[in-house]
Amino acid sequence: MSAQGGVQYSKIAEIKGPLVIVDGVESVAFDELVEIQTTDGQRRLGKVLEVGNRKAIVQVFEGTTGLSVSGTSAKFVGKVMEMPVSEQVLGRVFDGLGRPIDGLPDPIAEKFIDINGAPMNPEQREYPRDFIQTGVSVIDGMLTLVRGQKLPIFSGSGMSHNILAAQIARQAAVVGTSDEFAVVFAAIGVQYSEAEYFRRSLEESGALKRSVLFLNLADDPAIERIITPRVALTVAEYLAYDLGMHVLVILTDMTNYAEALREISAAREEVPGRKGYPGYLYTDLSTIYERAGRLRDKKGSVTQMPILTMPSDDITHPIPDLTGYITEGQIVLGRDLFRQGVYPPVNILMSLSRIMKDGIGEGRTRGDHQEISNQNYDAYSRAQEVRALAGIVGKAGLTGVDLKYLEVGDGFEKEFLTQGVDENRTIEETLGLQWKVVSLLPKNELTKVKDKFIDQYYKER
Amino acid sequence: MVAKGRIVWVSGPAVKADGMSDAKMYETVSVGDAKLIGEVIRLTGDVAFIQVYESTSGLKPGEPVVGTGNPLSVLLGPGIIGQIYDGIQRPLKDLAEKSGSFIGRGITTTPVDMNKKYKFTPKVKVGDTVQPGSIIGSVQETDLIEHGIMVPPDHAGGKITKIVSEGTYDLETELATTDNGKTPIKMYHYWPVRKPRPYKSRYDPTIPLLTGQRVIDTFFPIAKGGTGSIPGAFGTGKTVTLHQIAKWADSQVVVYIGCGERGNEMTEVLVEFPHLKDPRTGKPLMDRTVLVANTSNMPVAAREASIYTGVTIAEYYRDMGKDVVLVADSTSRWAEALREMSGRLEEMPAEEGYPSYLASRLAEFYERAGRVRAQGSPDRDGSVTLIGAVSPSGGDFTEPVTTHTMRFIKTFWALDAKLAYSRHYPSINWMNSYSGYLADIGKWWGDNVSKDWFELRREAYGILQREDTLKEIVRLLGPEALPDEEKLILEVARMVKIGILQQNSFDDVDTYCSPQKQFKLLTLLVDFYRKGQAALREGASLADIRAMPVIATLLKARMEVKEDELAKLDALSSTIESEFKNISGVKVSA
Repeated sequence: MSAQGGVQYSKIAEIKGPLVIVDGVESVAFDELVEIQTTDGQRRLGKVLEVGNRKAIVQVFEGTTGLSVSGTSAKFVGKVMEMPVSEQVLGRVFDGLGRPIDGLPDPIAEKFIDINGAPMNPEQREYPRDFIQTGVSVIDGMLTLVRGQKLPIFSGSGMSHNILAAQIARQAAVVGTSDEFAVVFAAIGVQYSEAEYFRRSLEESGALKRSVLFLNLADDPAIERIITPRVALTVAEYLAYDLGMHVLVILTDMTNYAEALREISAAREEVPGRKGYPGYLYTDLSTIYERAGRLRDKKGSVTQMPILTMPSDDITHPIPDLTGYITEGQIVLGRDLFRQGVYPPVNILMSLSRIMKDGIGEGRTRGDHQEISNQNYDAYSRAQEVRALAGIVGKAGLTGVDLKYLEVGDGFEKEFLTQGVDENRTIEETLGLQWKVVSLLPKNELTKVKDKFIDQYYKER
Repeated sequence: MVAKGRIVWVSGPAVKADGMSDAKMYETVSVGDAKLIGEVIRLTGDVAFIQVYESTSGLKPGEPVVGTGNPLSVLLGPGIIGQIYDGIQRPLKDLAEKSGSFIGRGITTTPVDMNKKYKFTPKVKVGDTVQPGSIIGSVQETDLIEHGIMVPPDHAGGKITKIVSEGTYDLETELATTDNGKTPIKMYHYWPVRKPRPYKSRYDPTIPLLTGQRVIDTFFPIAKGGTGSIPGAFGTGKTVTLHQIAKWADSQVVVYIGCGERGNEMTEVLVEFPHLKDPRTGKPLMDRTVLVANTSNMPVAAREASIYTGVTIAEYYRDMGKDVVLVADSTSRWAEALREMSGRLEEMPAEEGYPSYLASRLAEFYERAGRVRAQGSPDRDGSVTLIGAVSPSGGDFTEPVTTHTMRFIKTFWALDAKLAYSRHYPSINWMNSYSGYLADIGKWWGDNVSKDWFELRREAYGILQREDTLKEIVRLLGPEALPDEEKLILEVARMVKIGILQQNSFDDVDTYCSPQKQFKLLTLLVDFYRKGQAALREGASLADIRAMPVIATLLKARMEVKEDELAKLDALSSTIESEFKNISGVKVSA
């Protein structure tokens, strides 16, 4: 990404955290791209956060380390930050600001697009209802993903979220129709090994040449993280709506993004909301997540799978909390299941896919899908209650039906939930397993499914 | 004098302009070369503080700001129903025509098609005296909406000196003139959104708003003209519940405000409502619905305005004598918009950074609800029922928006994450929720459904309350520690939860439940409880009761029995009786 033209100013009034305050400016626009030149000739990018009274507050993406008040100059480029895009970005690796880092030349740009995007007109959206088979039973059966959805993974430090996301990226990409697909992967402040795991996983499945990678690693400048998801989504939107591809965007880890945002807010001395995060965190996150979707007159789609690690596994922390209010559900990983070695360790009771109801059923998956899924939820939730009770009164104090529910709990986790990292199950297999689990119960316990489905699929075990 | 100034400072949606001494508070202004729409929210000397309803990216100090002389207003007239607007009443369809799939800036449109012709039927004649608010004639806006053309509330009224004859006219046609009013009366007029529309008098809310949702109608009802709030953490089903209310409420008009929420949810309404039929009229639901959509990623200041835009439209249809339901999802995002602007104004924050006037703004909003006698003639009664979602951060009901909202509403549907996790939907917690209208609308149920309703509801609710206490004991000692009598309470409470409280919005039959069906289900379960008690006294065991085949049928009746076959429920009553006879009979003889 480069910047030409514009006016040079050298009066730096103040440097504060990630911010530089430039004095004596004329005709500078809000949100404008800025090029900061250091004394040793280095160039850094930034953008205008506030302008007025001949002062501009500039946020420097690559951080302010090494900048000095004298000698540093700022050039206002006269436009907002843009990402050059073309079909050639496929198969390429970029840094967190969208500059190639794979040693190959810059891709020839077909056009330049404002990285902030514009809000999608809700009236122009196409309601998402195309079932994506991920081959992961718990997702296909109970947390169905559909094209154009935004479904985050809420995880905790050290859990297997990356393995799960990579499995979804591999398996979801190749199954189904012949529509063109692509994967856009944005690493936001993650360790090198995690980013490398993704790259290798995509490479082994042959999906790398259909992928675009944006890497802001843990040792890259923190403020750059504000930009990384935006350049990634700009490319994703181009691939989806200009080239008609079905794009899966993986953003990991959104917690690092929110922390970068907090850093800037603190430097601007804004009134903080909860836990020091700015009051506009919700609105800001929505400008990222709401970029998922489908459009009525366009062929492609943008499906988002953001990953975030919940600080101290706390789902009420502002980052997962506000994310959950924006996204269309959440896949929550459970520490207990993870400790027991269950993969994928999805805590289904806390998880949800909001728009699955329209992506499943007769003609899409199968008529009994919603009801058998509800029955599994109900049974597993009862099983958890019985487990808690058994912890107090012992198994001997349980009724016969309660004991059945204990079996269901185990059957659910061992036969349905657990699967291999490379195991790709069809939706038929998944639904079959769901019936197998509830068939551990006597027939009259199945209150969530209609009798006709019980007659068709229930086989008492 | 219109104000003409220059921008001096820009930060996000907040702009300061000087040279604005002629500007008025809450006047709308055009900002910058791009002619963005903004509103003056503070005046200091000649500096105006402006909140801008569109993205300010690229705006520069020095660009012009021009006042319009008018406060933020909505156009009220035929053509509103069936529309989807942004927060400042621009039809999203028109925005799409002008800027494509993504929302552009600086676009001006008219809220309704001014050239569309409607067949106007006059209801007054020359020489009649009309007051502000009087209906002078009507047009058929949609199949469902007969739209009364009113003398605007700020028009003086007087003797009709001229009125057009029956015929088709467009919105700009001068339909009537009076001897007092200076301006002729057209099919439409403007009204400032922040000013409640006047009415003659107010009634007590005594008629229930029937939503077809059992936990609401039977347990925590809301009245027409009442206020309700539905707070819940994410994933507890706020939006689904609100959609259900918007679909099935027995009102004539529904205003649905998507305030800072998901884009796809608005699309869902747009896709679904035209295909759904109003259970009472058989017409598409879209023919009575207006959407105001300011999704989370759309400019934050317009989110603040969207609530007022919506409620003003609701009041307008109320003034025609209609029952209107306004659903706002979510008032928390509106409060956050207030907080963001307040922060940029550098006001002293109260709790959690929210401005100190949060409570008074909420109060003003909810006070616009009510069942009223409209102004002017003929006499007509209409209502605005306000239902607001609250999205408490971290699901914590002690946060400022929830606590302040609770002060101004009378029905509280507390959503519970634990219930949602176990897929008990709607996850309205029956212990924390309440309705302040119960006593008032009990009479309606008595007159229209059954005089036993109040007593049955009380008894069913009593079972749930007893269960809640007993659960504590079970948690400590296990279920076997209880006598059969109390175990029966647990069993029946489970049946009430599954058979009545739970409702599957995605099931074709279960999604809507008429008051008659609700009453019959309630009767069956209470009857089951009473017979169970009697059977236990006669020596039957709880195991026998639990094994009764009728239980599974009772629990599925909500899904399996359609509205036109309610007689099946009456038949169930005799099945209960005979099955109880069987078990008590065996025991007594043994």
